[in-house]
This record gives sequence, structure tokens and C-alpha cells, in this order.
Amino acid sequence: MMRKLLCSVPGLVWAGAASADYAVNMPKGVTELSAETYEIHMLAFWWCVAIGVVVFGAMLYSLVKHRKSKGVQPADFSHSTMAEVVWTALPCFILLFMAVPAAETMIKLEDSRDPDMSVVVTGYQWRWHYDYQDSDIAFYSSLAESSLKARRLESGIDPYSVENYLLEVDNPLVVPVGAKVRVLLTSNDVLHAWWVPDLAIKKDAIPGIINETWFKADVAGTYRGQCAELCGKDHGYMPVVVEVLEADAYAEWIAGQTADTTGSNE
Amino acid sequence: MADHGPDKGIKRWLYTTNHKDIGTMYLIFSLVMFFIGGSMALVIRTELMQPGLQFVHPEFFNQMTTMHALIMVFGAVMPAFVGLANWMIPMMIGAPDMALPRMNNWSFWILPVAFGILLSTLFMPGGAPASGWTMYPPLVLQTGDAFPFLIFSVHLMGISSIMGAINIIVTILNMRAPDMWLLKMPMFVWTWLITAYLLIAVMPVLAGAVTMLLTDQFFGTSFFLAAGGGDPVMFQHIFWFFGHPEVYIMILPAFGVVSEIIPTFSRKPLFGHDSMVYAASCIAFLSFIVWAHHMFTVGMPLSGQLFFMFATMLIAVPTGVKIFNWIGTMWRGSLTFETPMLFALAFVFLFTIGGFSGVMLAMVPADIQYHDSYFVVAHFHYVLVPGSIFSLFAAAYYWLPKWTGHMYNETAGKLHFWLSTFFVNLTFFPMHFLGLAGMPRRIPDYSTQFADFNWMASVGAIGFGLSQLIFVYVLLTCKKGAKATDRVWEAPKGLEWTVPSPAPYHTFDTPPVKRVAQEAFE
Ligand code: HEM
Ligand SMILES: [Cu+2]
Ligand SMILES: [Cu+2]
Repeated sequence: MMRKLLCSVPGLVWAGAASADYAVNMPKGVTELSAETYEIHMLAFWWCVAIGVVVFGAMLYSLVKHRKSKGVQPADFSHSTMAEVVWTALPCFILLFMAVPAAETMIKLEDSRDPDMSVVVTGYQWRWHYDYQDSDIAFYSSLAESSLKARRLESGIDPYSVENYLLEVDNPLVVPVGAKVRVLLTSNDVLHAWWVPDLAIKKDAIPGIINETWFKADVAGTYRGQCAELCGKDHGYMPVVVEVLEADAYAEWIAGQTADTTGSNE
Repeated sequence: MADHGPDKGIKRWLYTTNHKDIGTMYLIFSLVMFFIGGSMALVIRTELMQPGLQFVHPEFFNQMTTMHALIMVFGAVMPAFVGLANWMIPMMIGAPDMALPRMNNWSFWILPVAFGILLSTLFMPGGAPASGWTMYPPLVLQTGDAFPFLIFSVHLMGISSIMGAINIIVTILNMRAPDMWLLKMPMFVWTWLITAYLLIAVMPVLAGAVTMLLTDQFFGTSFFLAAGGGDPVMFQHIFWFFGHPEVYIMILPAFGVVSEIIPTFSRKPLFGHDSMVYAASCIAFLSFIVWAHHMFTVGMPLSGQLFFMFATMLIAVPTGVKIFNWIGTMWRGSLTFETPMLFALAFVFLFTIGGFSGVMLAMVPADIQYHDSYFVVAHFHYVLVPGSIFSLFAAAYYWLPKWTGHMYNETAGKLHFWLSTFFVNLTFFPMHFLGLAGMPRRIPDYSTQFADFNWMASVGAIGFGLSQLIFVYVLLTCKKGAKATDRVWEAPKGLEWTVPSPAPYHTFDTPPVKRVAQEAFE
């Protein structure tokens, strides 16, 4: 039975889609708040589906049943206070159901107190600069060489042959798993926006202003995003890559980083 | 007066003060702009058909997105509704013409100049503006020689809109037939009255914002320059204080059009006429206090975010009332499905989908994910293409027989409808998925994981573009169609159906007598 179900056409399409990694929905992500954000998104979505079923259902019913070709004589009512009160009041309540959890998450999103570490992220046309506040690690993060070559007009390089085309950088932002990372954003030129869907944060980098947001990744891994605010011709070419490492791997990375800089200083 | 016909040749169009001539010019102008803006969209979609850059450089790509949006918003949708207002409002309220006919001529003829200037920037050193239709500083200040021309053309568009709006308000408030008290006005007239107030309120704000950009660039001010103590975010507040009412400027007249058409083809009066008026007024009011929902990622205080979230969600309530009322109008009616009705029904369906994504966008935590992604692109195209544009098609098919005196080709009209509806969904529905999966908007190239939905969207866009040629065919062959009767449809309401088809050059030289007015409405 189960197998039959799986072999059905929609099952196949679904399986195919899943294996080819076609994302059709917001990622649940790897932070507590990304999961909450996903829940809010789904809550709003299912309310819309429910309202849609009722509204489109009524409309379709009318389209089918109340046709002139079926010989229907038109009624001549033109208002109904009862109906109008109901369909004004009911949506207000539904909206309240959606607004409350959204507000709760917003409050948490704004709470960047007591971070374990802070990074200043500065937007440049067209790359990012990361400056670790708790050590003297600082570096630029630009589109990886492989994508850089392939992205040119008539480059002759098939984008499919490039791993993580347009979503790879030379130096990713590296953070430890489970640490509350405060991200301070600013810009050196025009507006940019720092977006990593799996961390559910997006915040504008604005010259003259320091913006603040935070995340705490619960799962180690590499998370990719992009600049989300139009910043000129290479706006499409300044990805964000965050590498979340286990504690010991992170300590190793830090050690390597500091060794590197002292090495170059001598 | 009555025996005085139009001038001959080009002079008729240059000097005309006739509301019908001016309406026609507005409509033709907006159709031309629709095709120019549409070609730019096709450049965008062709480039985005596959990953990798195939056809244009990123600089030019950004010029296309910017020009496409400016042309569609200010050149296609807005002038088309003003064209409809010119043609229909005097005929719907029993007035001989617009109240300020010379200004009417002026407000039209400014537009070709404004768009001539805007389009000429494509050939200037540094190219056309490329910072998005939102013109955010500091990026917009990196525009080349085109910059002052962009500002000047926006000023001209604003002047034209303000003059048009003044004219519409004065006409509606002063020139109605006897006994047409305000709450008796047709819905299209009502929604335009409200829209005209929105225009007068916000176009000067846009003009102020772009003037500050101009002085920042050339006269040493620092309104938006952090280095001089200014604030780049302030521009966004000012822009969206204009921008959000602007989106309602583009949809309220569409509500009016649909509210005329659905009753006609349901053979039933509009359900809840008065509550429609209140809902539209409510929407107009709320549209002034939700602007920062376009800016949830700029870093606002929590209290501000909460306020703008709640206010934005509230807009869904009067919008819902409108949709329920249209369904209430159809309910137990006697429906037929001529082309105008088909477009109006698709409007109700697909605009509602845009409303749903609007409500989702209002939820701040989710919006932080959606913002500046393709999800937003899907949202506003659902409300603008099968929303505003479909209502314009509906209006054109509905009143074309009145304008030309001939029935259009119904088969071609239906084909136009079905193809447009299929392709519009093929184009914009997958964009929801792209946005949720993480594709930012305004990028010329993308990671390979986004390839399939982009390919679908591009195929849809090309199909949609080609389908619009059927509309041109319908317009060009309309003259060959059967002669239209005065009433045209079986059961239309309103004064415009009491005059002959085609409507004579001058209508209602004397106000319609009470009896005519009453028959038209009851
Ligand atoms: C239920 C009603 C609606 C709600 C709740 C709503 C909500 C929103 C929100 C929150 C955004 C900002 C998304 C973001 O950038 O993160 C947005 C964008 C937009 N909306 Fe709506 N909307 C509604 C109806 C409409 C209508 C009727 C129109 C126009 C006909 C419209 C046109 C637009 C446009 C053009 C944008 C994008 C502007 C840009 O960034 O370039 N919306 N909407
Ligand atoms: Cu960018
Ligand atoms: Cu808005």
C-alpha cells in the first residue's frame, strides 16, 4: 500500500523535487528564532489557505450555480447588515491570532543583550568586511574566485559546473555553535543588507548608522545568503557565508587566524 | 456649442480640451508605455531565464529594473486610470466635460515630455537610472548624467498627476447631475474621488523627497548624507509616506472598475454600495499610517515595528469587505461571462492572492525573511498585474463599445483573457517559491538552485507579453465589429448607457433630467 502511494505520480514528482533540492518553502533554519519565524510564516499561510477555501469556495459555487445559462432569475438584494458585520469582525479576530505570536517573536528578536561575541559587519561595494570585536581578527569576504570567473558575460563557463555558484566566498564568517553572536552592521558606501535565511536574520547596513541584530546557531554547518539591498552593479555578487563550527574546531580556527596575522606582521 | 465638432488633423489632439479626446490620448499613451515597460521586463526575464549572464551587463540589468518600474507605475497604470476618469466621470455624473478643460490638456501633454526625458536617459553617459524605482540614497547619487533628468521627469509626472487630481475632484464635487447626491455616485466615481485626494496629498511629498536628493547632489546639502550629518533612512520614510498611498492610488480606481462590471454581468445591484465607500475611505486613511512596513529591516524601535505591523494588518479588513461585497454581488445573480466579466472575476481571484501575501508580509518576523526577496516581487505583481492591469483590460472591453460604437471581437477578447490569466500565474506564482528559498530581488544572475522556477517565470513572461498583442488586434479590428446599441450590455446601470454609442463628441450639454437619472440608477 505504502509503496503504491510512493509510486504514484505526485509521489514521484515530490520525491524528484526533494532530491533535486528545489526549495519551495522558507527554511526552518538552525536557530530558535528561525524556527519561530517559520512557524509564524506557516501560521499566516494556513490562515490564508483557510480563508481562501471559504472565499474561493463561495465564489466558485456562485460561478457554477448562479449562471444565466441555467435560467437563474437574479435576486435583487443589495445588502445584509448581518453578513457585513460578520465579515468585518471575524477577520479582526483572525488577525489578532496571527499578531500575538508575531509580536512575541519580535520582542525576542530585538533582545541582543548578553552576547557571547560581537562582530562588526561592514558593507562595501561589493564585498563584506568582518571585524571580530573580542579578538583582533578582521578580514574581507568576497565572492569566490570560481564564481567570479564564471559570472562574466560570455565567460564560457557553465554555472552548473561551479560548486555553490554565486554563493561561495573566499573568507566566510566563522562562529562557534551555540554562541550568541551579536552582529553590528554598518556600511562604507551605499545601503546593503546582510541576509542569511537559515539564521532568519536580515538587517540593513547603512552608512553613518550602526544596526544591531543577533543569532545563536544550534547546529554546526555552512549557511549561505546574499546581500538583499540593491547596492549597485555587483549587488548580485556579494554573498554572505557563515560557517558555524563546533567548539574545538572553532578554537583551532581562531588559533590559525592569529598565527596567520602574526606571521604576516613579521 | 453642440454643432461644433472636433478640429481636423494634429491640431485636434494638440489643442483639444474635450474630455473624450484627452481620455483617448491618455489611454493610448499608457498602452504605448505598457509595451515599452513590458519590453524592458522581457529583457529582465530573458536574462534571468538561465543561471549565468547571457545577454546584458549587470549595470544595464539594473537600468532595466528601474526603468521598467518607473514606466509601469507612472507611465502605464496611473495615466490609464486618469484616461478612464476623463472619459467616464463626466458621462457617469451627467456633466458636459471636465471642470477645468484647459488644465486637462496641459496635464496630459506634460506626460509625453516627462517620459521623453526619462527614456532619453538610456542614451546618456552613465546610462539610465539604475538604483531601483525607490531611488534610495546614497546609491541613487551614483547615477551618471541621467540624475537631474530623472528628478526633473519625476517632478513633471507629479505635476501632471496633481493637476489631473484637482480636475477630477472639482468635476465630481461641482458638476454632478441634479439629484445625484454623493452616496448615489457610481463606485468608479467614488473610488476616483478618494484616489484624487490621495494624489494631492502624496505627490508633493515625492516631489519634496526627490528635490532633497537634487540639492544633496548639486547644492551641498546633506539631507540624506551621513557624512554631513544627514540620515539615509529619512529618505525611505519620506519615500514610503508617498509610496504606500501610491500603491492604493494604483488599486482604488481598479476597485471602482470592478464594482461597475460585476453588477452588470450579475444582473444585480452592487452589494453594500455604502459599505464599499466606507471601506475605500478606510483604506485611504490607513494607507497613510503603514508606510514603514516597507522598512522593517532598517532598524526601527520595537514599538514602531509593532505599530506598523498592526496598522498594516488592519488594512486587510476593509480590503476583505470589498472582496466579500463583490462575491455578495454575484451571489444569486444571473451570471454571464463576457470578456469584461472574465477579467473582473480574475481580478477578484488573483488580487485576493496578492492580499494574502500582503497579510503574510505584514507579520514582521516573517517579513524579515521575505523582505527584498522574490516573495515581495510575487506579492506586488499579483496586486498590480492581475490587479490593476486586469481591471484596466476589463474596463477597456466594457466601455470600448461605448467609445467606438462597435462591439469588439469577443473570441479574440476571450483568447486574450485566457492566455493572459494562464501566463500571469505561470510568471508570478513560482516567484513566491523563489523568494522563500532565498532569492533576493534585483539581481541579474542567481545560484543554480533557483534555475527551474526562474525558467518557468521567464517562459510565462514571454507568453504574457505576446498575448498582449491580441489586445492590440482587438483594438485595431474593433471598427469592423457589429454596431453597438446604446445600452451595449443587457443590464448596465449608469448614465453613460443613456447616451448613444459611440458617445457623441459632446454629451450632457444640458444636465440629464431627473427621470433619466433615476432610471439609470434604480
Ligand atoms: C492586504 C493588503 C496589503 C498588504 C497587507 C500589503 C503589505 C505589503 C508589505 C508589508 C510590503 C512590504 C514588503 C517588503 O518589502 O518587505 C508590501 C510591498 C508592496 N506592496 Fe503591498 N500590501 C497590500 C496590498 C497591496 C496593493 C493593493 C498594492 C498595489 C496595487 C501593493 C503593492 C505593493 C508594492 C508595489 C510593494 C513593493 C514595493 C517595493 O519594494 O518596490 N500592495 N506590501
Ligand atoms: Cu547589495
Ligand atoms: Cu505598502
